[in-house]
Amino acid sequence: MSQLANELKTEIIKALNLEGVSPEDIENDAPLFGEGLGLDSIDALELIVLLDKNYGIKIDSAADGKAVFHSISSMVAYIESKK
Amino acid sequence: MTTRITSYCRITNRFIYVNNALLHSNEDLAFADFAKQAYKLATLNYLKFFKMDNLSKLGLLAAEFTLAGKNWQERYTPDEVALCFSNASSSIDSDRKHQESIGNRSNYFPSPSVFVYTLPNILAGEICIRNGFKGENSFFIFEQFDAENMVNIVQQLFINEQCKACVMGWINYDSEQADALCCLIEKSDNEKELPFTAENYSYLYFNTKPQ
Repeated sequence: MSQLANELKTEIIKALNLEGVSPEDIENDAPLFGEGLGLDSIDALELIVLLDKNYGIKIDSAADGKAVFHSISSMVAYIESKK
Repeated sequence: MTTRITSYCRITNRFIYVNNALLHSNEDLAFADFAKQAYKLATLNYLKFFKMDNLSKLGLLAAEFTLAGKNWQERYTPDEVALCFSNASSSIDSDRKHQESIGNRSNYFPSPSVFVYTLPNILAGEICIRNGFKGENSFFIFEQFDAENMVNIVQQLFINEQCKACVMGWINYDSEQADALCCLIEKSDNEKELPFTAENYSYLYFNTKPQ
Protein backbone atom coordinates (compact mmCIF):
# COMPACT_ATOMS: atom_id res chain seq x y z
CA MET A 1 0.00 0.00 0.00
CA SER A 2 2.66 2.48 1.07
CA GLN A 3 4.93 1.93 -1.93
CA LEU A 4 2.05 2.08 -4.42
CA ALA A 5 0.61 5.14 -2.66
CA ASN A 6 3.93 6.96 -2.88
CA GLU A 7 4.34 5.95 -6.52
CA LEU A 8 0.85 7.20 -7.28
CA LYS A 9 1.43 10.51 -5.52
CA THR A 10 4.58 11.12 -7.56
CA GLU A 11 2.76 10.26 -10.80
CA ILE A 12 -0.17 12.54 -9.94
CA ILE A 13 2.09 15.48 -9.08
CA LYS A 14 3.86 15.07 -12.42
CA ALA A 15 0.73 14.47 -14.52
CA LEU A 16 -1.24 17.36 -12.99
CA ASN A 17 1.66 19.85 -12.76
CA LEU A 18 1.08 20.39 -9.04
CA GLU A 19 3.70 23.04 -8.52
CA GLY A 20 5.22 23.17 -5.05
CA VAL A 21 3.48 19.94 -3.91
CA SER A 22 5.57 16.98 -2.72
CA PRO A 23 4.34 13.41 -2.08
CA GLU A 24 4.60 14.04 1.68
CA ASP A 25 2.08 16.88 1.34
CA ILE A 26 -0.66 14.53 0.14
CA GLU A 27 -2.42 12.57 2.87
CA ASN A 28 -3.60 9.11 1.88
CA ASP A 29 -7.18 9.68 3.06
CA ALA A 30 -7.60 13.37 2.21
CA PRO A 31 -10.15 14.20 -0.55
CA LEU A 32 -8.47 14.90 -3.91
CA PHE A 33 -11.30 17.11 -5.18
CA GLY A 34 -13.06 20.11 -3.71
CA GLU A 35 -10.88 20.50 -0.67
CA GLY A 36 -7.53 18.78 -0.25
CA LEU A 37 -5.59 19.22 -3.49
CA GLY A 38 -8.44 21.19 -5.04
CA LEU A 39 -8.38 19.31 -8.34
CA ASP A 40 -10.79 20.23 -11.14
CA SER A 41 -12.65 18.42 -13.92
CA ILE A 42 -9.67 18.45 -16.32
CA ASP A 43 -7.57 16.89 -13.56
CA ALA A 44 -10.20 14.16 -13.21
CA LEU A 45 -9.78 13.36 -16.91
CA GLU A 46 -5.99 13.30 -16.47
CA LEU A 47 -6.39 10.81 -13.60
CA ILE A 48 -8.49 8.54 -15.82
CA VAL A 49 -5.74 8.67 -18.48
CA LEU A 50 -3.08 8.04 -15.80
CA LEU A 51 -4.80 4.87 -14.57
CA ASP A 52 -5.20 3.61 -18.12
CA LYS A 53 -1.66 4.51 -19.27
CA ASN A 54 0.31 3.44 -16.18
CA TYR A 55 -1.81 0.59 -14.81
CA GLY A 56 -3.91 -0.58 -17.77
CA ILE A 57 -7.10 0.11 -15.80
CA LYS A 58 -10.16 1.70 -17.40
CA ILE A 59 -12.88 3.43 -15.41
CA ASP A 60 -16.18 2.19 -16.82
CA SER A 61 -18.67 4.59 -15.26
CA ALA A 62 -18.84 8.06 -13.76
CA ALA A 63 -20.18 6.58 -10.51
CA ASP A 64 -17.09 4.35 -10.23
CA GLY A 65 -14.84 7.34 -10.93
CA LYS A 66 -16.28 9.36 -8.07
CA ALA A 67 -15.53 6.58 -5.59
CA VAL A 68 -12.16 5.62 -7.07
CA PHE A 69 -10.80 9.17 -7.19
CA HIS A 70 -11.96 10.15 -3.72
CA SER A 71 -8.46 9.85 -2.25
CA ILE A 72 -5.07 8.22 -2.72
CA SER A 73 -6.23 5.33 -0.51
CA SER A 74 -9.29 4.68 -2.67
CA MET A 75 -7.19 4.80 -5.84
CA VAL A 76 -4.67 2.36 -4.37
CA ALA A 77 -7.46 0.00 -3.27
CA TYR A 78 -8.97 0.11 -6.76
CA ILE A 79 -5.63 -0.57 -8.47
CA GLU A 80 -4.91 -3.50 -6.14
CA SER A 81 -8.39 -4.93 -6.69
CA LYS A 82 -7.72 -4.99 -10.44
CA LYS A 83 -4.38 -6.82 -10.21
CA MET B 1 -11.76 62.06 -24.42
CA THR B 2 -9.28 60.14 -26.53
CA THR B 3 -8.63 56.42 -26.42
CA ARG B 4 -5.08 56.03 -25.14
CA ILE B 5 -2.56 53.31 -24.33
CA THR B 6 -2.45 53.78 -20.56
CA SER B 7 -0.14 50.87 -19.82
CA TYR B 8 1.64 48.15 -21.75
CA CYS B 9 3.90 45.15 -21.45
CA ARG B 10 6.22 43.86 -24.15
CA ILE B 11 7.70 40.36 -23.89
CA THR B 12 10.21 39.33 -26.53
CA ASN B 13 11.61 35.87 -25.90
CA ARG B 14 13.35 36.25 -22.52
CA PHE B 15 12.95 40.03 -22.01
CA ILE B 16 10.04 41.69 -20.19
CA TYR B 17 9.43 45.42 -20.57
CA VAL B 18 6.70 47.28 -18.72
CA ASN B 19 5.94 50.77 -19.99
CA ASN B 20 9.29 50.82 -21.79
CA ALA B 21 11.35 49.89 -18.70
CA LEU B 22 13.18 46.56 -18.68
CA LEU B 23 11.67 44.58 -15.82
CA HIS B 24 13.39 41.22 -16.21
CA SER B 25 15.56 39.20 -18.58
CA ASN B 26 17.25 35.83 -18.56
CA GLU B 27 18.36 34.53 -21.93
CA ASP B 28 19.65 31.22 -20.58
CA LEU B 29 16.30 29.69 -19.69
CA ALA B 30 13.72 27.63 -21.52
CA PHE B 31 10.46 29.56 -21.76
CA ALA B 32 8.67 27.51 -19.08
CA ASP B 33 11.45 28.28 -16.58
CA PHE B 34 11.57 31.93 -17.63
CA ALA B 35 7.79 32.10 -17.16
CA LYS B 36 8.18 30.60 -13.69
CA GLN B 37 10.66 33.36 -12.79
CA ALA B 38 8.23 35.97 -14.14
CA TYR B 39 5.40 34.36 -12.14
CA LYS B 40 7.41 34.86 -8.95
CA LEU B 41 8.32 38.39 -9.97
CA ALA B 42 4.64 39.21 -10.47
CA THR B 43 3.81 37.58 -7.08
CA LEU B 44 0.93 35.92 -8.85
CA ASN B 45 0.04 33.26 -6.23
CA TYR B 46 -2.18 31.54 -8.80
CA LEU B 47 -1.30 27.84 -9.02
CA LYS B 48 -3.52 27.31 -12.07
CA PHE B 49 -0.74 29.12 -13.96
CA PHE B 50 1.40 25.98 -13.88
CA LYS B 51 -1.26 23.94 -15.65
CA MET B 52 -1.45 26.34 -18.60
CA ASP B 53 0.25 25.91 -21.95
CA ASN B 54 3.05 28.32 -22.84
CA LEU B 55 0.80 30.56 -24.98
CA SER B 56 -1.56 31.12 -22.06
CA LYS B 57 1.33 31.63 -19.65
CA LEU B 58 2.73 34.28 -22.00
CA GLY B 59 -0.64 36.04 -22.31
CA LEU B 60 -1.43 35.87 -18.62
CA LEU B 61 1.97 37.29 -17.67
CA ALA B 62 1.73 40.08 -20.24
CA ALA B 63 -1.75 41.01 -18.98
CA GLU B 64 -0.64 40.77 -15.36
CA PHE B 65 2.25 43.20 -15.83
CA THR B 66 0.11 45.52 -17.97
CA LEU B 67 -2.63 45.72 -15.33
CA ALA B 68 -0.35 45.90 -12.28
CA GLY B 69 -1.28 48.94 -10.19
CA LYS B 70 -3.97 50.11 -12.60
CA ASN B 71 -6.80 49.38 -10.13
CA TRP B 72 -9.31 48.94 -12.95
CA GLN B 73 -11.90 47.61 -10.46
CA GLU B 74 -12.23 51.11 -8.99
CA ARG B 75 -13.26 52.59 -12.35
CA TYR B 76 -14.99 49.83 -14.33
CA THR B 77 -17.42 47.00 -13.78
CA PRO B 78 -16.29 43.56 -15.02
CA ASP B 79 -18.54 43.74 -18.09
CA GLU B 80 -17.08 47.11 -19.14
CA VAL B 81 -13.63 45.61 -19.77
CA ALA B 82 -13.19 43.97 -23.19
CA LEU B 83 -10.37 41.78 -24.44
CA CYS B 84 -9.08 41.62 -27.99
CA PHE B 85 -6.00 39.62 -28.95
CA SER B 86 -4.30 38.40 -32.09
CA ASN B 87 -1.38 36.28 -33.22
CA ALA B 88 -0.02 34.37 -36.19
CA SER B 89 0.74 30.95 -34.71
CA SER B 90 -2.69 30.35 -33.19
CA SER B 91 -2.25 27.48 -30.70
CA ILE B 92 0.14 25.51 -32.95
CA ASP B 93 2.55 24.73 -30.10
CA SER B 94 -0.14 22.89 -28.11
CA ASP B 95 -1.71 21.51 -31.30
CA ARG B 96 1.61 19.83 -32.08
CA LYS B 97 1.88 18.34 -28.57
CA HIS B 98 -1.65 17.00 -28.88
CA GLN B 99 -0.88 15.54 -32.30
CA GLU B 100 2.18 13.77 -30.89
CA SER B 101 0.03 12.19 -28.17
CA ILE B 102 -2.45 10.75 -30.70
CA GLY B 103 -0.01 9.90 -33.50
CA ASN B 104 0.71 6.35 -32.35
CA ARG B 105 -2.41 4.17 -32.28
CA SER B 106 -0.66 1.56 -30.12
CA ASN B 107 0.29 4.18 -27.53
CA TYR B 108 -2.79 6.41 -27.74
CA PHE B 109 -3.10 8.53 -24.63
CA PRO B 110 -4.28 12.07 -25.50
CA SER B 111 -3.84 14.38 -22.53
CA PRO B 112 -7.02 16.33 -21.63
CA SER B 113 -4.92 19.12 -20.11
CA VAL B 114 -3.02 19.55 -23.40
CA PHE B 115 -6.15 19.24 -25.52
CA VAL B 116 -7.99 22.06 -23.73
CA TYR B 117 -5.32 24.49 -24.92
CA THR B 118 -5.67 23.64 -28.61
CA LEU B 119 -7.48 26.92 -29.25
CA PRO B 120 -5.76 30.32 -28.97
CA ASN B 121 -8.75 32.10 -27.43
CA ILE B 122 -8.37 29.93 -24.33
CA LEU B 123 -5.71 32.43 -23.26
CA ALA B 124 -8.34 35.20 -23.31
CA GLY B 125 -10.51 33.01 -21.11
CA GLU B 126 -7.64 32.45 -18.69
CA ILE B 127 -7.10 36.22 -18.40
CA CYS B 128 -10.87 36.74 -17.86
CA ILE B 129 -10.99 34.07 -15.14
CA ARG B 130 -7.92 35.44 -13.40
CA ASN B 131 -9.16 39.07 -13.44
CA GLY B 132 -12.93 38.61 -13.43
CA PHE B 133 -13.47 40.36 -16.78
CA LYS B 134 -16.87 39.75 -18.34
CA GLY B 135 -16.83 42.09 -21.36
CA GLU B 136 -16.57 41.29 -25.06
CA ASN B 137 -13.63 39.14 -26.01
CA SER B 138 -12.20 38.06 -29.33
CA PHE B 139 -9.07 36.52 -30.80
CA PHE B 140 -7.89 37.06 -34.37
CA ILE B 141 -5.32 35.15 -36.41
CA PHE B 142 -3.29 37.31 -38.80
CA GLU B 143 -0.37 36.35 -41.03
CA GLN B 144 1.75 38.85 -39.15
CA PHE B 145 1.49 41.66 -36.58
CA ASP B 146 -1.31 43.85 -37.93
CA ALA B 147 -1.69 47.21 -36.21
CA GLU B 148 -4.27 48.72 -38.58
CA ASN B 149 -6.83 45.96 -38.19
CA MET B 150 -6.41 45.61 -34.44
CA VAL B 151 -6.74 49.32 -33.78
CA ASN B 152 -9.86 49.48 -35.98
CA ILE B 153 -11.44 46.52 -34.19
CA VAL B 154 -10.73 47.90 -30.72
CA GLN B 155 -11.93 51.41 -31.67
CA GLN B 156 -15.20 49.80 -32.78
CA LEU B 157 -15.56 48.27 -29.32
CA PHE B 158 -15.33 51.73 -27.77
CA ILE B 159 -18.20 52.97 -29.98
CA ASN B 160 -20.32 50.57 -27.96
CA GLU B 161 -21.01 52.40 -24.69
CA GLN B 162 -20.64 49.12 -22.81
CA CYS B 163 -16.86 49.05 -23.42
CA LYS B 164 -14.92 51.44 -21.17
CA ALA B 165 -11.53 49.71 -21.27
CA CYS B 166 -9.86 47.06 -23.37
CA VAL B 167 -6.97 44.70 -22.71
CA MET B 168 -5.61 44.01 -26.16
CA GLY B 169 -2.54 43.04 -28.10
CA TRP B 170 -0.42 40.44 -29.85
CA ILE B 171 0.38 37.19 -28.03
CA ASN B 172 2.37 34.78 -30.19
CA TYR B 173 4.15 31.63 -29.04
CA ASP B 174 5.68 28.75 -30.97
CA SER B 175 8.64 26.45 -30.30
CA GLU B 176 10.20 28.48 -27.46
CA GLN B 177 9.76 31.78 -29.33
CA ALA B 178 7.68 34.20 -27.25
CA ASP B 179 6.47 37.47 -28.71
CA ALA B 180 3.88 39.58 -26.91
CA LEU B 181 2.62 43.13 -26.68
CA CYS B 182 -0.28 43.67 -24.30
CA CYS B 183 -1.86 47.11 -23.89
CA LEU B 184 -4.53 48.57 -21.67
CA ILE B 185 -6.67 50.96 -23.70
CA GLU B 186 -8.80 53.52 -21.88
CA LYS B 187 -10.43 56.86 -22.58
CA SER B 188 -8.23 59.50 -21.06
CA ASP B 189 -7.38 63.21 -21.17
CA ASN B 190 -3.83 62.63 -19.98
CA GLU B 191 -1.69 63.90 -22.85
CA LYS B 192 1.36 62.14 -21.46
CA GLU B 193 -0.24 58.85 -22.49
CA LEU B 194 0.06 57.68 -26.09
CA PRO B 195 -3.09 58.05 -28.23
CA PHE B 196 -4.25 54.62 -29.37
CA THR B 197 -3.35 54.76 -33.05
CA ALA B 198 -1.92 52.15 -35.40
CA GLU B 199 1.28 54.19 -35.59
CA ASN B 200 1.77 54.23 -31.80
CA TYR B 201 0.74 50.61 -31.32
CA SER B 202 3.22 49.59 -34.06
CA TYR B 203 5.92 51.76 -32.54
CA LEU B 204 5.64 49.96 -29.19
CA TYR B 205 5.77 46.58 -30.92
CA PHE B 206 8.78 47.27 -33.12
CA ASN B 207 10.79 49.53 -30.83
CA THR B 208 10.47 48.00 -27.36
CA LYS B 209 13.37 45.56 -27.55
CA PRO B 210 16.87 44.86 -26.25
CA GLN B 211 19.20 47.65 -27.37
